[in-house]
Amino acid sequence: MTNDFIKEKLKGKFGDLLTEWSEPYGMLTVTVPREMNLKVLNFLYDEPELAFRFLTDLTGAHYPDRVGEELSVIYHLHNLTENTRMRVKLFAPVAQPDVYTATGLFSGANWMERETYDFFGVNFLGHPDLRRVLNVDEMDYFPLRKEFPLEDQSRIDKDDEMFGR
Amino acid sequence: MSDHQHIKLPEGSIGKTTTTLNLGPTHPATHGVFQNIMELDGERIVKTEPTVGYIHRAFEKIAERRPLYQITTLTDRLNYCSSPINNMGWHLTCEKLLGVKTPKRVDYLRVIIMELARISDHLICNSIVGVDTGAYTGFLYVMQYRELIYEIYEEVCGSRLTTNMGRIGGFERNFSDAAFQKLERFLREYPKVQKELENLFTRNRIFMDRTRGTGAISAERALNYSFTGPNLRAAGVDYDVRVHSPYSSYEDFDFIIPVGTTGDNYDRFQVRNEEIWQSLSIIRQAYEKVQSFKGTEAEVYHADAPEYYLPEKKDVYTKMEALIYHFKIVMGETEIPVGEVYNSVEGGNGELGFYLVSDGGRTPFRLHFRRPCFIYYQAYPEIVKGSMLSDAIITLSSLNLIAGEMDG
Repeated sequence: MTNDFIKEKLKGKFGDLLTEWSEPYGMLTVTVPREMNLKVLNFLYDEPELAFRFLTDLTGAHYPDRVGEELSVIYHLHNLTENTRMRVKLFAPVAQPDVYTATGLFSGANWMERETYDFFGVNFLGHPDLRRVLNVDEMDYFPLRKEFPLEDQSRIDKDDEMFGR
Repeated sequence: MSDHQHIKLPEGSIGKTTTTLNLGPTHPATHGVFQNIMELDGERIVKTEPTVGYIHRAFEKIAERRPLYQITTLTDRLNYCSSPINNMGWHLTCEKLLGVKTPKRVDYLRVIIMELARISDHLICNSIVGVDTGAYTGFLYVMQYRELIYEIYEEVCGSRLTTNMGRIGGFERNFSDAAFQKLERFLREYPKVQKELENLFTRNRIFMDRTRGTGAISAERALNYSFTGPNLRAAGVDYDVRVHSPYSSYEDFDFIIPVGTTGDNYDRFQVRNEEIWQSLSIIRQAYEKVQSFKGTEAEVYHADAPEYYLPEKKDVYTKMEALIYHFKIVMGETEIPVGEVYNSVEGGNGELGFYLVSDGGRTPFRLHFRRPCFIYYQAYPEIVKGSMLSDAIITLSSLNLIAGEMDG
């Protein structure tokens, strides 16, 4: 199964709704509108010629420069019989990051979505148990967002004679 | 007697017919900081709720401020039973992003180290299953040979548990003769020990009764739960990253992927045993290939990637380019090309993936570790539902959960 074949199939079904096609390091990558994620994932799962039935990874990313669609959710899918991988992305506004959950399709998405919620605050609609998973429950921010930088190594306000920062 | 009730009990606790048991987070049989709040009916588990994150160290966040070579130390601390695999996986991811091509000899040396790490990972897991079924001897016996594997690591990179082994492009130095001698000793002596470990358990009535039919998961459910590695193979799916997307020249080796049928604790044990034999065979093949390099080829231990590979110290003092690269690398002033890459290796527990996004800065923009333990531990409540508490303990160890990898 070639990337072009998958692309044709997806374009035939969804037309121009899918954008930002690319193939970084050979992996077909596509961006779907955020309210369409389940439709696309379902199509990729059910279509016998595509059969992307293994969710390798689900994670998030924060792009503060993409105003209005700062948060990203990234799915890595794998067709194990044809041994083809592909990447599906979606972008959601940080003000209201509502995304439909993929737990109905993949049981394994449960904790991966909880992790994405935990670190980025993506609100997975329909998730059976959307709580923090690695951080403490009392935490009131989403630590992997870019507005929480780690300490700047070049700061000069510290007086440290031995290591002279 | 007054009509007042002095002790205030929680709602519904009088009529409750089940027992709530808090297992962990520091219970000796949980092998790490795992907590399960179990609802028990007698000795049977009605429901369990795992709590994870006790040793979460925010590696993904820390990595966003570190140059590539400093992230290797973070990967050590994921699955610390087989840290060289994590190190190599990270180097391979960087090499994929940077387009560095490694020489064959480096690939084979890496294969030797990765397979040694797999053996040490599997033998710990299998002997721990033995401990949980009541046989401590095997665990203590194989420790000697894990020690020997650690001595080989020590000869190669200087450390044992958190190895920080290798660099982007290869190894920090060539393997010493002592390393090869120890490897030869391992290849000579270990098969006998592995045979004895199997003699102790494989047809042991008590062990079989405790492990067969317990902790089972079907292939369909395992796939839906994104299982990988020995746990998926025990359920009968022959998915192995080493074969499906070969890295580090695994395509040059002849080996089989063992699969189970029922996905229970016994099958997981057997699959790991067979994988140890396969790893031994791969190491033998790789060692033969390494020995076939003669003359200057036998001295190759890194790729030619001066921008990312830390130069030798004697060159730093005598050559200008080496000094410049040394400074730039150590200070983390090397710019990483823009890109987005997913790369995975077959870790001790399954597909260990690295999703690396670079925006052209000096550090990754985003780095995500696909940690197999974290992903399959969520199936634990489903696997142990309805089973005995003592079987759930064996299941926990036979899934080979490593807290470091799970919590990231």
